[in-house]
Amino acid sequence: MCATQLEVITAMKIRTFGRHIKESLKSLGRNGWMTFASVSAVTVTLLLVGVFVMIMMNLNKVADDLENDVEIKVFVSLDAEEEEVGELEEEISGLSGVESAVYSTKEEELTDLVLDFGEELSLFEQSNPLFDVFYVKATEPQQTEAVAKEIAALEYIEDVEYGEGKIEKLFDFLNAGRNVGLVLILALLFTAMFLISNTIRITIVARRTEIEIMKLVGATNWFVRVPFILEGMWLGILGSIIPIGLVVLLYQKITEFAQPRLSGELFQLLEFSPFIYQVSALILAMGVFIGIWGSFMSIRKFLRV
Amino acid sequence: MIQMKNVYKKYPNGIVALNGLNVEIDQGEFVYIVGPSGAGKSTFIKMMYREERPSSGQMLVDGKDIAKLKNRKVPFLRRDIGVVFQDFKLLPRLTVYENVAFALEVIEEKPQIIKDRVMEVLDMVGLKHKAKMFPRELSGGEQQRVSIARSIVNTPKIMIADEPTGNLDPETSWDIMNLFEQINATGTTIIMATHNREIVNKLRHRVIAIEGGLIVRDAAGGDYGYED
Repeated sequence: MCATQLEVITAMKIRTFGRHIKESLKSLGRNGWMTFASVSAVTVTLLLVGVFVMIMMNLNKVADDLENDVEIKVFVSLDAEEEEVGELEEEISGLSGVESAVYSTKEEELTDLVLDFGEELSLFEQSNPLFDVFYVKATEPQQTEAVAKEIAALEYIEDVEYGEGKIEKLFDFLNAGRNVGLVLILALLFTAMFLISNTIRITIVARRTEIEIMKLVGATNWFVRVPFILEGMWLGILGSIIPIGLVVLLYQKITEFAQPRLSGELFQLLEFSPFIYQVSALILAMGVFIGIWGSFMSIRKFLRV
Repeated sequence: MIQMKNVYKKYPNGIVALNGLNVEIDQGEFVYIVGPSGAGKSTFIKMMYREERPSSGQMLVDGKDIAKLKNRKVPFLRRDIGVVFQDFKLLPRLTVYENVAFALEVIEEKPQIIKDRVMEVLDMVGLKHKAKMFPRELSGGEQQRVSIARSIVNTPKIMIADEPTGNLDPETSWDIMNLFEQINATGTTIIMATHNREIVNKLRHRVIAIEGGLIVRDAAGGDYGYED
């Protein structure tokens, strides 16, 4: 008895939900240019947000790459014996904030130089003027300076180099860039939500009397609300199609152009996949969220009939 | 069916629309509500379907205490009451069929029953052949018939009409009144606010006159009694 009653209620709910979906789709078509206006607003804003997110994420990637490229070159003094070098390596690796320390003998250093600058330098093989070195990376690139100073204080250290002055400026610049980007994305998102919910509000205000009539006939608030919310969702989905298409196409072109030119450079752009799919999903999710949210907020005040 | 005891309504702007009204309307009655504009007729009508709430006093509609009815229960009250208005209040983006079906979709009726029942009432009001048209494609009289079809489609016990002939020419008005007579004949209580002297005087029913928020006259088979 109880079970069948539950089944009947569930069947009713499913049927009604089906009705709401049908109703919301029908309403899209019958609202004609209102639908068009809302979809256009969603399209324009999502396109802006999408392109902007694409740029910001890549700038961030470039910044990360540049940061991760920063390392400390530690010159070991000439009077250090093999034993002391081994101790030094342990000491450096043991410092907090040190991610890795790679040892390279002066012979290896010279080989690298020869590779980079040519055979002439191999003359120096007779009397190598170079030092044994450690290449040290900080766990946090921004901590490089502090780590370098700690290392410099150790024994048997001739010198440390980490691009003093230059990297501080680079880090300041990158940090500022990230903050500005974040603020801009937030501002853009906020504007997008405002713009879209406003457009949806206009379409719903135009239908205020419809809502009143529905309530007069005995519709519950949810019965009125759900089709509007679904309609908002469709508007969001429809509005995200063009931005997703354009962003994918644009990024494909960019990676095609940039990838070969950047190979071997210090920084790379984000790979086409999965990055562009993540951006697409983000655009779609934002469209759906903004559509639903816009409908929900706009309809709220008309339901008190 | 409808009982009002000392019903008093004061709007936030200070206007007293109903000033301690007492009335009782039985199942199956046909009642005209008459009176000058601004006398409290509209408030009286609006209270029946809980568009307005009494400030004090007791009001029972079909056994439900309107004054105490929670907001979320209001839709369920309205499903037992058919409402017809001067301006028809049809959903402009829905066809004739869909407008009538809406009242049944709201109560989550089965699709097959909705179909049969909607065609049945559209047949009754003589608009079966216009089921697929939109309200804007119909004349005023036809639109009013659609709204009547919608109000009776889920067989309510009470039907409330606020100036249902106010926007119609005399001939069409009589068609509409014929429908009301038919509906009343099936046992539905009809409460109709009107300014139409001719109708009230020819189709005799109980007449309740409201002035200054009070019932000044209540006569079975009475006449309109005003000179407008």
